[in-house]
Amino acid sequence: MDLITPDLGLLFWTGLVFVLLLVILTKFIWKPILTSVNAREQKISDALELAEKTKAEMVALQAQNENLLKEARIERDAIVKDAKETATRMIEEAKATAKSESDKVVAAARAAIASEKTAAIAELKTQVAVLSLEIAEKIIRGELSSDDKQKALAEKLAEDINMN
Amino acid sequence: MSLIYSAKRFFSLVAGILLFSTAFASGHESGEKKEFNVGEMIMHHIKDAHEWHLWGGEHGGKTIYLPIILIDGGVKTFSSSHFYHGEPATGHDHKTNEEVHYVKGVGPAAGYAMFHEKIYKLENGELSFEDGHAHAEKPLDFSITKNVLSLFMGAILILVLMSIVARFYKKNGPVAPKGLAKYLEVLIVMVRDDIAKANIGEHKYKKYVPYLLTIFFFIFINNLLGLVPFLPGGANLTGNITVTLFLAVCTLLVTLFSANKNYWLHIFAMPGVPKPLLLIMIPIEIVGIFTKPFALMVRLFANMSAGHIIVLALISIIFINQNMAWGGLSVPMALFISVLELLVAFLQGFLFAMLSALFIGAAVEEAHH
Repeated sequence: MDLITPDLGLLFWTGLVFVLLLVILTKFIWKPILTSVNAREQKISDALELAEKTKAEMVALQAQNENLLKEARIERDAIVKDAKETATRMIEEAKATAKSESDKVVAAARAAIASEKTAAIAELKTQVAVLSLEIAEKIIRGELSSDDKQKALAEKLAEDINMN
Repeated sequence: MSLIYSAKRFFSLVAGILLFSTAFASGHESGEKKEFNVGEMIMHHIKDAHEWHLWGGEHGGKTIYLPIILIDGGVKTFSSSHFYHGEPATGHDHKTNEEVHYVKGVGPAAGYAMFHEKIYKLENGELSFEDGHAHAEKPLDFSITKNVLSLFMGAILILVLMSIVARFYKKNGPVAPKGLAKYLEVLIVMVRDDIAKANIGEHKYKKYVPYLLTIFFFIFINNLLGLVPFLPGGANLTGNITVTLFLAVCTLLVTLFSANKNYWLHIFAMPGVPKPLLLIMIPIEIVGIFTKPFALMVRLFANMSAGHIIVLALISIIFINQNMAWGGLSVPMALFISVLELLVAFLQGFLFAMLSALFIGAAVEEAHH
Protein backbone atom coordinates (compact mmCIF):
# COMPACT_ATOMS: atom_id res chain seq x y z
CA MET A 1 0.00 0.00 0.00
CA ASP A 2 1.52 3.30 -0.96
CA LEU A 3 0.23 4.98 2.21
CA ILE A 4 3.02 3.26 4.13
CA THR A 5 5.60 3.23 1.35
CA PRO A 6 8.28 5.86 1.77
CA ASP A 7 8.71 8.12 -1.22
CA LEU A 8 12.21 8.94 -2.37
CA GLY A 9 11.46 12.46 -3.59
CA LEU A 10 9.73 13.49 -0.39
CA LEU A 11 12.50 11.87 1.64
CA PHE A 12 15.07 13.93 -0.23
CA TRP A 13 13.20 17.20 0.25
CA THR A 14 12.39 16.45 3.90
CA GLY A 15 16.02 15.66 4.59
CA LEU A 16 17.24 18.74 2.80
CA VAL A 17 14.76 21.07 4.50
CA PHE A 18 15.16 19.54 7.92
CA VAL A 19 18.95 19.61 7.87
CA LEU A 20 18.98 23.20 6.59
CA LEU A 21 16.43 24.15 9.23
CA LEU A 22 18.47 22.45 11.93
CA VAL A 23 21.66 24.24 10.88
CA ILE A 24 20.08 27.68 10.44
CA LEU A 25 18.01 27.48 13.60
CA THR A 26 20.89 26.19 15.70
CA LYS A 27 23.29 28.81 14.47
CA PHE A 28 21.15 31.93 14.22
CA ILE A 29 18.08 31.32 16.33
CA TRP A 30 18.43 28.82 19.16
CA LYS A 31 21.83 30.06 20.20
CA PRO A 32 20.89 33.72 20.80
CA ILE A 33 17.54 32.78 22.31
CA LEU A 34 19.00 30.23 24.69
CA THR A 35 21.90 32.52 25.56
CA SER A 36 19.49 35.32 26.40
CA VAL A 37 17.13 33.08 28.32
CA ASN A 38 20.01 31.56 30.28
CA ALA A 39 21.49 34.98 30.96
CA ARG A 40 18.15 36.23 32.15
CA GLU A 41 17.63 33.22 34.37
CA GLN A 42 21.10 33.77 35.79
CA LYS A 43 20.24 37.41 36.35
CA ILE A 44 16.99 36.55 38.08
CA SER A 45 18.56 33.95 40.31
CA ASP A 46 21.38 36.34 41.12
CA ALA A 47 18.90 39.07 41.97
CA LEU A 48 16.91 36.67 44.13
CA GLU A 49 20.04 35.55 45.88
CA LEU A 50 21.05 39.15 46.43
CA ALA A 51 17.61 39.97 47.78
CA GLU A 52 17.82 36.99 50.13
CA LYS A 53 21.24 38.08 51.25
CA THR A 54 20.12 41.66 51.72
CA LYS A 55 17.18 40.43 53.73
CA ALA A 56 19.44 38.39 55.97
CA GLU A 57 21.71 41.37 56.31
CA MET A 58 18.77 43.54 57.19
CA VAL A 59 17.69 41.09 59.84
CA ALA A 60 21.20 40.99 61.22
CA LEU A 61 21.37 44.75 61.14
CA GLN A 62 18.06 45.00 62.90
CA ALA A 63 19.18 42.56 65.55
CA GLN A 64 22.35 44.51 65.90
CA ASN A 65 20.40 47.73 66.24
CA GLU A 66 18.20 46.17 68.84
CA ASN A 67 21.21 44.93 70.72
CA LEU A 68 22.74 48.35 70.51
CA LEU A 69 19.55 49.89 71.75
CA LYS A 70 19.33 47.38 74.56
CA GLU A 71 22.90 48.02 75.52
CA ALA A 72 22.33 51.74 75.41
CA ARG A 73 19.30 51.37 77.59
CA ILE A 74 21.20 49.25 80.08
CA GLU A 75 24.01 51.72 80.04
CA ARG A 76 21.63 54.60 80.52
CA ASP A 77 19.99 52.82 83.42
CA ALA A 78 23.37 52.12 84.92
CA ILE A 79 24.41 55.73 84.49
CA VAL A 80 21.21 57.01 86.03
CA LYS A 81 21.51 54.55 88.86
CA ASP A 82 25.11 55.53 89.33
CA ALA A 83 24.24 59.20 89.33
CA LYS A 84 21.50 58.62 91.83
CA GLU A 85 23.81 56.65 94.03
CA THR A 86 26.46 59.31 93.76
CA ALA A 87 23.98 62.02 94.58
CA THR A 88 22.66 60.12 97.57
CA ARG A 89 26.13 59.35 98.71
CA MET A 90 27.14 62.97 98.30
CA ILE A 91 24.13 64.13 100.26
CA GLU A 92 24.80 61.56 102.91
CA GLU A 93 28.40 62.53 103.04
CA ALA A 94 27.50 66.19 103.20
CA LYS A 95 25.03 65.46 105.92
CA ALA A 96 27.56 63.42 107.81
CA THR A 97 30.22 66.08 107.39
CA ALA A 98 27.84 68.77 108.45
CA LYS A 99 26.81 66.75 111.47
CA SER A 100 30.33 66.00 112.54
CA GLU A 101 31.27 69.63 112.00
CA SER A 102 28.34 70.82 114.07
CA ASP A 103 29.12 68.20 116.70
CA LYS A 104 32.69 69.36 116.75
CA VAL A 105 31.56 73.00 117.06
CA VAL A 106 29.15 72.09 119.82
CA ALA A 107 31.79 70.03 121.60
CA ALA A 108 34.29 72.83 121.24
CA ALA A 109 31.73 75.26 122.54
CA ARG A 110 30.98 72.98 125.39
CA ALA A 111 34.60 72.56 126.14
CA ALA A 112 35.11 76.31 125.98
CA ILE A 113 32.10 76.90 128.21
CA ALA A 114 33.33 74.30 130.66
CA SER A 115 36.83 75.74 130.78
CA GLU A 116 35.43 79.27 131.11
CA LYS A 117 33.24 78.05 133.89
CA THR A 118 36.14 76.41 135.65
CA ALA A 119 38.20 79.52 135.16
CA ALA A 120 35.36 81.64 136.44
CA ILE A 121 34.86 79.38 139.43
CA ALA A 122 38.62 79.46 140.15
CA GLU A 123 38.58 83.27 139.88
CA LEU A 124 35.56 83.41 142.06
CA LYS A 125 37.31 81.18 144.55
CA THR A 126 40.38 83.42 144.57
CA GLN A 127 38.23 86.51 144.85
CA VAL A 128 36.25 84.90 147.64
CA ALA A 129 39.48 83.95 149.38
CA VAL A 130 40.88 87.46 148.97
CA LEU A 131 37.64 88.95 150.16
CA SER A 132 37.46 86.54 153.06
CA LEU A 133 41.03 87.34 153.94
CA GLU A 134 40.30 91.04 153.74
CA ILE A 135 37.18 90.56 155.84
CA ALA A 136 39.10 88.40 158.27
CA GLU A 137 41.84 91.00 158.43
CA LYS A 138 39.31 93.70 159.04
CA ILE A 139 37.59 91.60 161.68
CA ILE A 140 40.86 90.68 163.31
CA ARG A 141 41.91 94.26 163.11
CA GLY A 142 38.66 95.16 164.79
CA GLU A 143 39.15 92.55 167.45
CA LEU A 144 42.64 93.58 168.05
CA SER A 145 42.01 97.35 168.00
CA SER A 146 41.85 97.63 171.79
CA ASP A 147 43.59 95.87 174.57
CA ASP A 148 40.41 94.62 176.00
CA LYS A 149 39.50 93.02 172.90
CA GLN A 150 42.94 91.54 172.54
CA LYS A 151 42.67 90.19 176.03
CA ALA A 152 39.16 88.82 175.44
CA LEU A 153 40.34 87.09 172.38
CA ALA A 154 43.28 85.65 173.95
CA GLU A 155 41.14 84.47 176.74
CA LYS A 156 38.70 82.92 174.36
CA LEU A 157 41.42 81.22 172.44
CA ALA A 158 42.91 80.04 175.65
CA GLU A 159 39.55 78.79 176.65
CA ASP A 160 39.28 76.84 173.45
CA ILE A 161 42.64 75.31 174.07
CA ASN A 162 41.79 74.56 177.62
CA MET A 163 38.70 72.83 176.71
CA ASN A 164 40.68 70.62 174.43
CA MET B 1 -6.58 19.05 8.75
CA SER B 2 -7.99 19.66 5.35
CA LEU B 3 -11.37 20.30 6.86
CA ILE B 4 -12.40 23.39 4.97
CA TYR B 5 -10.30 22.35 2.02
CA SER B 6 -12.36 19.26 1.61
CA ALA B 7 -15.48 21.15 2.56
CA LYS B 8 -14.80 23.60 -0.23
CA ARG B 9 -14.25 20.90 -2.74
CA PHE B 10 -17.54 19.42 -1.76
CA PHE B 11 -19.37 22.67 -1.59
CA SER B 12 -19.81 22.57 -5.32
CA LEU B 13 -21.00 19.02 -4.93
CA VAL B 14 -23.56 20.11 -2.35
CA ALA B 15 -24.60 22.96 -4.58
CA GLY B 16 -24.89 20.49 -7.40
CA ILE B 17 -27.05 18.17 -5.39
CA LEU B 18 -29.30 21.01 -4.36
CA LEU B 19 -29.56 22.22 -7.93
CA PHE B 20 -30.46 18.79 -9.19
CA SER B 21 -33.04 18.23 -6.52
CA THR B 22 -34.69 21.61 -7.05
CA ALA B 23 -34.29 22.50 -10.72
CA PHE B 24 -34.75 19.03 -12.09
CA ALA B 25 -36.96 17.83 -9.24
CA SER B 26 -34.99 14.71 -8.39
CA GLY B 27 -34.07 13.16 -11.62
CA HIS B 28 -31.42 11.05 -13.15
CA GLU B 29 -28.19 12.22 -11.55
CA SER B 30 -27.16 8.71 -10.56
CA GLY B 31 -26.44 7.90 -14.15
CA GLU B 32 -24.32 11.02 -14.63
CA LYS B 33 -22.46 11.06 -11.33
CA LYS B 34 -19.90 8.67 -10.01
CA GLU B 35 -21.01 7.27 -6.71
CA PHE B 36 -19.39 9.03 -3.75
CA ASN B 37 -16.64 6.80 -2.43
CA VAL B 38 -15.63 7.86 1.09
CA GLY B 39 -12.59 5.62 1.38
CA GLU B 40 -11.18 6.78 -1.93
CA MET B 41 -11.80 10.43 -1.11
CA ILE B 42 -10.14 10.18 2.30
CA MET B 43 -7.15 8.27 0.99
CA HIS B 44 -6.76 10.82 -1.76
CA HIS B 45 -6.71 13.59 0.83
CA ILE B 46 -4.23 12.14 3.25
CA LYS B 47 -1.83 11.07 0.52
CA ASP B 48 0.57 13.23 -1.38
CA ALA B 49 -0.47 14.91 -4.64
CA HIS B 50 1.10 16.81 -7.53
CA GLU B 51 -1.60 19.47 -7.43
CA TRP B 52 -2.92 21.76 -4.72
CA HIS B 53 -6.64 22.00 -4.98
CA LEU B 54 -7.99 25.34 -3.79
CA TRP B 55 -11.71 25.35 -4.45
CA GLY B 56 -14.39 24.33 -6.87
CA GLY B 57 -15.14 21.16 -8.74
CA GLU B 58 -13.56 19.69 -11.81
CA HIS B 59 -14.77 22.55 -13.98
CA GLY B 60 -14.41 26.16 -12.89
CA GLY B 61 -12.49 25.22 -9.79
CA LYS B 62 -9.07 26.53 -8.91
CA THR B 63 -6.10 24.25 -8.61
CA ILE B 64 -2.39 25.00 -8.34
CA TYR B 65 -0.44 22.64 -10.54
CA LEU B 66 2.84 21.91 -8.82
CA PRO B 67 6.09 21.46 -10.72
CA ILE B 68 7.22 17.98 -11.53
CA ILE B 69 10.94 17.25 -11.43
CA LEU B 70 12.02 13.92 -12.85
CA ILE B 71 15.49 12.49 -13.08
CA ASP B 72 15.39 10.09 -15.97
CA GLY B 73 18.42 10.47 -18.16
CA GLY B 74 18.71 14.16 -17.23
CA VAL B 75 16.51 16.46 -15.19
CA LYS B 76 13.05 17.03 -16.63
CA THR B 77 10.91 19.80 -15.24
CA PHE B 78 7.34 20.58 -16.21
CA SER B 79 3.98 21.46 -14.73
CA SER B 80 1.78 18.72 -13.40
CA SER B 81 -1.07 20.13 -15.49
CA HIS B 82 0.38 18.04 -18.30
CA PHE B 83 -0.84 15.05 -16.33
CA TYR B 84 -4.03 16.45 -14.82
CA HIS B 85 -5.04 17.76 -18.23
CA GLY B 86 -3.44 14.78 -19.92
CA GLU B 87 -4.83 12.01 -21.96
CA PRO B 88 -7.13 9.65 -20.02
CA ALA B 89 -6.26 6.05 -20.66
CA THR B 90 -7.57 2.70 -19.64
CA GLY B 91 -5.35 -0.17 -18.74
CA HIS B 92 -6.03 -3.79 -18.08
CA ASP B 93 -5.23 -5.56 -14.84
CA HIS B 94 -3.64 -8.92 -15.61
CA LYS B 95 -4.65 -10.47 -12.30
CA THR B 96 -8.09 -9.15 -11.57
CA ASN B 97 -9.16 -8.70 -15.15
CA GLU B 98 -10.54 -5.27 -14.40
CA GLU B 99 -10.20 -2.03 -16.23
CA VAL B 100 -7.93 0.55 -14.59
CA HIS B 101 -8.08 4.24 -15.35
CA TYR B 102 -4.93 6.33 -15.50
CA VAL B 103 -3.65 9.41 -17.31
CA LYS B 104 -0.93 9.68 -19.90
CA GLY B 105 1.11 12.85 -19.86
CA VAL B 106 1.00 15.26 -22.78
CA GLY B 107 3.48 17.83 -24.04
CA PRO B 108 6.67 17.69 -21.96
CA ALA B 109 5.17 14.88 -19.90
CA ALA B 110 4.83 12.65 -22.91
CA GLY B 111 6.16 9.17 -22.30
CA TYR B 112 5.05 9.21 -18.67
CA ALA B 113 1.80 8.29 -17.06
CA MET B 114 0.28 9.11 -13.68
CA PHE B 115 -1.64 6.56 -11.68
CA HIS B 116 -2.75 7.37 -8.12
CA GLU B 117 -0.41 10.39 -8.03
CA LYS B 118 2.60 8.23 -8.90
CA ILE B 119 4.51 8.75 -12.11
CA TYR B 120 5.46 5.78 -14.27
CA LYS B 121 7.29 5.34 -17.53
CA LEU B 122 5.12 4.15 -20.32
CA GLU B 123 6.12 0.94 -22.01
CA ASN B 124 5.10 0.89 -25.62
CA GLY B 125 2.61 3.66 -24.82
CA GLU B 126 0.89 1.48 -22.23
CA LEU B 127 0.88 0.78 -18.49
CA SER B 128 0.39 -2.74 -17.27
CA PHE B 129 -1.33 -3.49 -14.00
CA GLU B 130 -1.24 -6.29 -11.50
CA ASP B 131 -3.55 -6.49 -8.49
CA GLY B 132 -4.42 -2.82 -8.76
CA HIS B 133 -0.78 -1.77 -8.89
CA ALA B 134 0.97 -0.35 -11.89
CA HIS B 135 3.69 -2.67 -13.05
CA ALA B 136 6.09 -0.31 -14.70
CA GLU B 137 9.44 1.39 -14.24
CA LYS B 138 9.37 4.62 -12.24
CA PRO B 139 11.60 7.61 -12.93
CA LEU B 140 13.26 9.25 -9.93
CA ASP B 141 10.59 11.69 -8.83
CA PHE B 142 11.87 14.79 -7.02
CA SER B 143 8.73 16.77 -7.73
CA ILE B 144 7.60 19.63 -5.56
CA THR B 145 4.51 17.82 -4.42
CA LYS B 146 1.83 19.12 -2.10
CA ASN B 147 3.73 17.77 0.91
CA VAL B 148 7.02 19.25 -0.27
CA LEU B 149 5.42 22.66 -0.75
CA SER B 150 3.78 22.35 2.67
CA LEU B 151 7.19 21.40 4.04
CA PHE B 152 8.73 24.54 2.55
CA MET B 153 5.98 26.73 3.95
CA GLY B 154 6.28 25.10 7.34
CA ALA B 155 10.04 25.64 7.38
CA ILE B 156 9.62 29.27 6.33
CA LEU B 157 6.97 29.77 9.00
CA ILE B 158 9.28 28.33 11.65
CA LEU B 159 12.14 30.50 10.48
CA VAL B 160 9.99 33.65 10.44
CA LEU B 161 8.47 32.99 13.86
CA MET B 162 11.75 32.05 15.46
CA SER B 163 13.71 34.89 13.90
CA ILE B 164 11.18 37.34 15.38
CA VAL B 165 11.84 35.79 18.78
CA ALA B 166 15.60 35.76 18.24
CA ARG B 167 15.58 39.37 17.10
CA PHE B 168 13.68 40.37 20.23
CA TYR B 169 16.38 38.87 22.41
CA LYS B 170 19.20 40.22 20.33
CA LYS B 171 17.74 43.71 20.60
CA ASN B 172 16.67 43.66 24.22
CA GLY B 173 19.15 41.31 25.84
CA PRO B 174 18.14 39.28 28.87
CA VAL B 175 14.84 40.92 29.71
CA ALA B 176 11.31 39.68 30.38
CA PRO B 177 9.87 38.47 27.05
CA LYS B 178 7.22 40.47 25.23
CA GLY B 179 5.00 39.77 22.25
CA LEU B 180 5.66 36.62 20.30
CA ALA B 181 8.71 35.82 22.42
CA LYS B 182 6.45 35.59 25.46
CA TYR B 183 4.48 32.74 23.90
CA LEU B 184 7.25 30.85 22.19
CA GLU B 185 9.68 31.13 25.06
CA VAL B 186 7.40 28.97 27.17
CA LEU B 187 7.74 26.19 24.60
CA ILE B 188 11.47 26.70 24.17
CA VAL B 189 12.05 26.58 27.91
CA MET B 190 9.76 23.57 28.15
CA VAL B 191 11.84 21.68 25.58
CA ARG B 192 15.05 22.71 27.31
CA ASP B 193 13.99 21.91 30.88
CA ASP B 194 11.23 19.33 30.78
CA ILE B 195 12.39 17.41 27.75
CA ALA B 196 16.17 17.79 27.44
CA LYS B 197 17.32 18.42 30.99
CA ALA B 198 14.87 16.01 32.59
CA ASN B 199 15.71 13.08 30.31
CA ILE B 200 19.32 13.54 29.29
CA GLY B 201 20.75 14.87 32.49
CA GLU B 202 22.14 18.08 33.89
CA HIS B 203 25.61 17.74 32.41
CA LYS B 204 25.01 16.53 28.88
CA TYR B 205 21.69 17.99 27.78
CA LYS B 206 23.01 21.23 26.32
CA LYS B 207 24.39 19.65 23.16
CA TYR B 208 21.02 18.13 22.25
CA VAL B 209 18.76 21.10 22.95
CA PRO B 210 19.00 22.57 19.40
CA TYR B 211 18.12 19.21 17.84
CA LEU B 212 15.20 18.64 20.20
CA LEU B 213 13.95 22.19 19.71
CA THR B 214 14.12 21.82 15.95
CA ILE B 215 12.35 18.47 15.94
CA PHE B 216 9.68 19.70 18.35
CA PHE B 217 8.87 22.85 16.42
CA PHE B 218 9.15 21.08 13.06
CA ILE B 219 6.52 18.56 14.09
CA PHE B 220 4.38 20.99 16.08
CA ILE B 221 4.22 23.72 13.41
CA ASN B 222 3.69 21.25 10.58
CA ASN B 223 0.98 19.48 12.59
CA LEU B 224 -0.78 22.80 13.08
CA LEU B 225 -0.30 23.69 9.44
CA GLY B 226 -1.94 20.39 8.56
CA LEU B 227 -4.96 21.46 10.60
CA VAL B 228 -5.38 24.64 8.56
CA PRO B 229 -7.87 23.62 5.89
CA PHE B 230 -6.79 26.05 3.16
CA LEU B 231 -3.66 26.94 1.25
CA PRO B 232 -0.81 27.39 3.74
CA GLY B 233 -1.97 24.14 5.26
CA GLY B 234 -4.12 21.21 4.42
CA ALA B 235 -1.40 18.80 3.44
CA ASN B 236 -0.91 15.76 5.60
CA LEU B 237 2.84 16.22 5.93
CA THR B 238 3.47 14.90 9.44
CA GLY B 239 1.04 12.08 8.73
CA ASN B 240 3.24 10.96 5.87
CA ILE B 241 5.33 7.89 6.54
CA THR B 242 8.32 9.30 4.62
CA VAL B 243 8.54 12.34 6.87
CA THR B 244 8.10 10.43 10.08
CA LEU B 245 10.60 7.85 8.83
CA PHE B 246 13.15 10.56 8.25
CA LEU B 247 12.61 12.13 11.66
CA ALA B 248 12.82 8.75 13.37
CA VAL B 249 16.05 7.95 11.52
CA CYS B 250 17.46 11.30 12.65
CA THR B 251 16.74 10.41 16.25
CA LEU B 252 18.22 6.94 15.72
CA LEU B 253 21.42 8.43 14.27
CA VAL B 254 21.72 11.03 17.02
CA THR B 255 21.24 8.28 19.59
CA LEU B 256 23.77 5.93 18.03
CA PHE B 257 26.41 8.60 17.48
CA SER B 258 26.14 9.93 20.99
CA ALA B 259 26.02 6.49 22.60
CA ASN B 260 28.83 5.82 25.06
CA LYS B 261 30.65 2.63 26.05
CA ASN B 262 28.10 1.92 28.72
CA TYR B 263 25.28 1.83 26.15
CA TRP B 264 27.03 -0.62 23.85
CA LEU B 265 28.10 -2.69 26.84
CA HIS B 266 24.47 -3.09 27.82
CA ILE B 267 23.64 -4.26 24.32
CA PHE B 268 26.53 -6.64 23.60
CA ALA B 269 27.55 -7.71 27.09
CA MET B 270 24.81 -7.00 29.56
CA PRO B 271 26.54 -6.96 32.93
CA GLY B 272 25.40 -9.64 35.31
CA VAL B 273 23.86 -11.85 32.64
CA PRO B 274 25.23 -15.39 32.18
CA LYS B 275 27.12 -15.91 28.91
CA PRO B 276 24.68 -18.37 27.31
CA LEU B 277 21.81 -15.99 27.91
CA LEU B 278 23.65 -13.33 25.93
CA LEU B 279 22.95 -15.41 22.83
CA ILE B 280 19.32 -14.46 23.27
CA MET B 281 19.89 -11.04 24.79
CA ILE B 282 22.10 -9.60 22.06
CA PRO B 283 19.60 -10.08 19.21
CA ILE B 284 16.81 -8.75 21.41
CA GLU B 285 18.84 -5.67 22.30
CA ILE B 286 19.79 -5.08 18.67
CA VAL B 287 16.17 -5.29 17.64
CA GLY B 288 15.43 -2.92 20.51
CA ILE B 289 17.68 -0.28 18.98
CA PHE B 290 15.44 -0.17 15.95
CA THR B 291 12.03 -0.71 17.50
CA LYS B 292 12.30 2.53 19.47
CA PRO B 293 12.58 4.85 16.45
CA PHE B 294 10.18 2.59 14.57
CA ALA B 295 7.59 3.26 17.24
CA LEU B 296 8.31 6.99 16.91
CA MET B 297 7.76 6.79 13.17
CA VAL B 298 4.50 4.85 13.40
CA ARG B 299 3.11 6.88 16.30
CA LEU B 300 3.40 10.23 14.56
CA PHE B 301 2.27 8.86 11.20
CA ALA B 302 -0.73 7.04 12.61
CA ASN B 303 -1.83 9.82 14.95
CA MET B 304 -1.76 12.56 12.37
CA SER B 305 -3.27 10.48 9.58
CA ALA B 306 -5.97 9.23 11.91
CA GLY B 307 -6.90 12.78 12.87
CA HIS B 308 -7.24 13.75 9.21
CA ILE B 309 -9.23 10.60 8.46
CA ILE B 310 -11.68 11.16 11.31
CA VAL B 311 -12.44 14.75 10.33
CA LEU B 312 -12.86 13.82 6.68
CA ALA B 313 -15.04 10.86 7.59
CA LEU B 314 -17.27 13.02 9.76
CA ILE B 315 -17.62 15.59 7.00
CA SER B 316 -18.38 12.78 4.58
CA ILE B 317 -21.49 11.88 6.56
CA ILE B 318 -23.17 14.78 4.78
CA PHE B 319 -22.21 13.45 1.35
CA ILE B 320 -22.99 9.83 2.09
CA ASN B 321 -26.50 10.79 3.08
CA GLN B 322 -26.67 13.49 0.41
CA ASN B 323 -28.49 15.73 2.81
CA MET B 324 -27.36 19.09 4.19
CA ALA B 325 -29.23 18.46 7.45
CA TRP B 326 -26.61 15.91 8.43
CA GLY B 327 -24.26 18.86 8.75
CA GLY B 328 -25.98 19.52 12.08
CA LEU B 329 -24.41 16.31 13.32
CA SER B 330 -21.22 16.08 11.37
CA VAL B 331 -20.03 19.69 11.67
CA PRO B 332 -20.08 19.84 15.49
CA MET B 333 -18.40 16.45 15.63
CA ALA B 334 -15.76 17.47 13.11
CA LEU B 335 -15.24 20.70 15.03
CA PHE B 336 -14.78 18.75 18.25
CA ILE B 337 -12.24 16.44 16.63
CA SER B 338 -10.47 19.43 15.05
CA VAL B 339 -10.11 21.05 18.45
CA LEU B 340 -8.90 17.76 19.84
CA GLU B 341 -6.42 17.64 16.98
CA LEU B 342 -4.97 20.96 18.17
CA LEU B 343 -4.07 19.20 21.37
CA VAL B 344 -2.80 16.17 19.49
CA ALA B 345 -0.66 18.42 17.28
CA PHE B 346 1.14 19.69 20.35
CA LEU B 347 1.16 16.34 22.10
CA GLN B 348 2.73 14.49 19.18
CA GLY B 349 5.49 17.07 18.82
CA PHE B 350 6.07 16.93 22.55
CA LEU B 351 6.07 13.14 22.61
CA PHE B 352 8.44 12.82 19.69
CA ALA B 353 10.93 15.22 21.25
CA MET B 354 10.40 13.68 24.68
CA LEU B 355 11.03 10.12 23.52
CA SER B 356 13.99 11.24 21.42
CA ALA B 357 15.43 12.84 24.54
CA LEU B 358 14.69 9.68 26.50
CA PHE B 359 16.57 7.51 23.96
CA ILE B 360 19.48 9.93 23.85
CA GLY B 361 19.47 10.05 27.62
CA ALA B 362 19.68 6.27 27.80
CA ALA B 363 22.54 6.30 25.30
CA VAL B 364 24.67 8.84 27.16
CA GLU B 365 23.89 7.58 30.64
CA GLU B 366 26.96 6.77 32.70
CA ALA B 367 27.31 3.43 34.44
CA HIS B 368 26.19 3.64 38.03
CA HIS B 369 26.59 0.11 39.31
